[in-house]
Amino acid sequence: MLSIKNLHANIDGKEILNGIDLEVKAGEVHAIMGPNGSGKSTLASVLAGRELFEVTEGKVKYFGNDLLELSPEERASEGIFIGFQYPIEIPGVSMVNFMKTAVNEQRKHKGLEPLSSQDFLKLMREKKALVELDAALANRSVNEGFSGGEKKRNEIFQMAMLEPKLSILDETDSGLDIDALRVVANGVNKLKSSENATIVITHYQRLLEYIVPDFVHVLYNGKIIKSGGKELALELEEKGYDWLKKGELVQ
Amino acid sequence: MSLDTVKIDTKEKFIELYEENQDLLKSDSPEYVNKIREKAFGNFQKLGFPNKKNEQYKYTDLNKEFENGYKTYISPKNIRFQVNDIFRCDVPELNTKVILLLNGWYYDRENLIHELPGGALIGSFQKAAELYPELVKRHFAKYADTEKDGMVALNTAFVKDGVFLYVPKGVVIEKPIQIINILMDEEEGLTQHRNLYILEENSQASVVVCDHTLSTPNFLTNSVSEFYIGQNAHFDFSRMQNEHNGSKQVSHLYFQQERNSYVNANTISLHGGLIRNNVNVLLNGEGCENNTYGLYLTDKGQHIDNYVHMDHAYPNCTSNQLFKGVLDDFATGAFNGKVLVRKDAQKTQAFQANNNILLTDDADINTKPQLEIYADDVKCSHGATVGQLDEDALFYLRARGINKKEAKLLLMYAFANDVIKAIQVPALKERIQDLVDKRLRGELSRCNSCQMHCC
Repeated sequence: MLSIKNLHANIDGKEILNGIDLEVKAGEVHAIMGPNGSGKSTLASVLAGRELFEVTEGKVKYFGNDLLELSPEERASEGIFIGFQYPIEIPGVSMVNFMKTAVNEQRKHKGLEPLSSQDFLKLMREKKALVELDAALANRSVNEGFSGGEKKRNEIFQMAMLEPKLSILDETDSGLDIDALRVVANGVNKLKSSENATIVITHYQRLLEYIVPDFVHVLYNGKIIKSGGKELALELEEKGYDWLKKGELVQ
Repeated sequence: MSLDTVKIDTKEKFIELYEENQDLLKSDSPEYVNKIREKAFGNFQKLGFPNKKNEQYKYTDLNKEFENGYKTYISPKNIRFQVNDIFRCDVPELNTKVILLLNGWYYDRENLIHELPGGALIGSFQKAAELYPELVKRHFAKYADTEKDGMVALNTAFVKDGVFLYVPKGVVIEKPIQIINILMDEEEGLTQHRNLYILEENSQASVVVCDHTLSTPNFLTNSVSEFYIGQNAHFDFSRMQNEHNGSKQVSHLYFQQERNSYVNANTISLHGGLIRNNVNVLLNGEGCENNTYGLYLTDKGQHIDNYVHMDHAYPNCTSNQLFKGVLDDFATGAFNGKVLVRKDAQKTQAFQANNNILLTDDADINTKPQLEIYADDVKCSHGATVGQLDEDALFYLRARGINKKEAKLLLMYAFANDVIKAIQVPALKERIQDLVDKRLRGELSRCNSCQMHCC
């Protein structure tokens, strides 16, 4: 599904990604871990198409096509979803209007008719239930006045609405209490299928108790320095990152 | 009848125009109106047109606009058109009676005054001045200041017709009254309508005004409207400016609010070559509330200039000003808002905000919110912002599959909606939301053959 080869990216000339290689197949859950400043969020941004970052080297193929050629909206319509670490508040744009526009733009991209208002509202209701999103929040402006937990829940709600093939969840667990974490993780697990894949970017092993990864990668200085199974996360929890950093230095 | 003018010094030109036509101007106006006319003419001779040295008109050179050899309408010109072909009013909540002004003259010359339930009157200002001298005398030229602003003096010197609304004590007009200002002629014309709105105590009314051009020549408008809002009266005023890019308009609104009265005034500027809106409010009693809002959407070489003067003369009044604008291409604009809190106006609450989005590097806005406070127990704020669309918000929308153009529209629409949502007639609000959406998409007719059935 996704194949990243030797990806380098910088911002204002400062190199943040320093040769990333990653293969993600349908049905898989990958966790990307690493200390602050290791490039985790940059990777998510580059995959989402944020123009702030310049890709200087490497390739990203998505279903065989060059992902980096596509605009952010085309990537989304092709099934890539980014769960933002800091979801943006957009006063004046209602959640309903936002989601309706997004769903119908994506349908248009696929050559489908727009959903009728009735069908759309039905879809909203189903998905709200899935992530236990407060009905009142959906009537408000996008993320405006939402608590940290509500914002993250809203990300998963959007993911449920848009049914992506590849979800990249950037620090979805940050700022969540244990109940919110459980709800968010449940949402992700319910949406999981053999057709789609998830990349979970996280600091802590905690989220991985709820969303069990097939692979764990450690990102450090813009490079994946170690990959393993879910047990790697536990090892990191126990030992921290230092032993790996030292390894990196030795290399 | 109409008159052609020769291009000489602009002020001299209008002085000459007045002197040549004063018999005609005065012929069908009552004596008390002509007295005010003469005084105003004297003031105009002194004041002339405001130039750029005048702080109030710093960003809009009106003198230049009046240089063109516009034809002036000293008496109504007989232009017939099918009203129903142009305006099919399909907002069910509005009053079915549509009031039309054509080039500043009350259009329905057969029925110049209409009586509404409860003894309210709507119709031609000129006719009202003749039929109801006591009433008109009490209010006409009492609020619009001909001594300070040459433009107001000019309008008053040439005063003929416009809209007259009278709502007697205790009368409530349920359905909003729609007034359409139409500019239509084969030649360039200058229109100076004069409007008078009188709401006596405990009355209530709602008025929707639309400004339109229906033919291609360039038009210039210099209009004055006076509003007397009696004690406990409630007045809602919405205005839509949608003229073609060859049109220039200067409008002056003067509100005098008595104790515990309420005014909501909302101006939506959709199109126009040059628009200068002056709003002057005098809160002349305790417990008044005034909300003055404006939204302007400009592009190409359009120019918009909003000026507000909010005078808190008595304690315990509240005023809110919110002006928002989106400027595209090389459009230019200005906002100059002043809140004056007089010494005795304790417990005043006055808020003022002007927010602008510039879509290009060439678009330009000058904004100057001002507070002048002489009381010590007040709550006032003012602020202005000029910025671009929020890049993070734009990216967030795009990351959900919404294309860049649509995402920008969503953000601009959201920005504009703060003003639109203050419109109090629900059906009108929806219609304006739709018009603004179309305007932002560039789909709104900007030509003379306006078929938008705006209300």
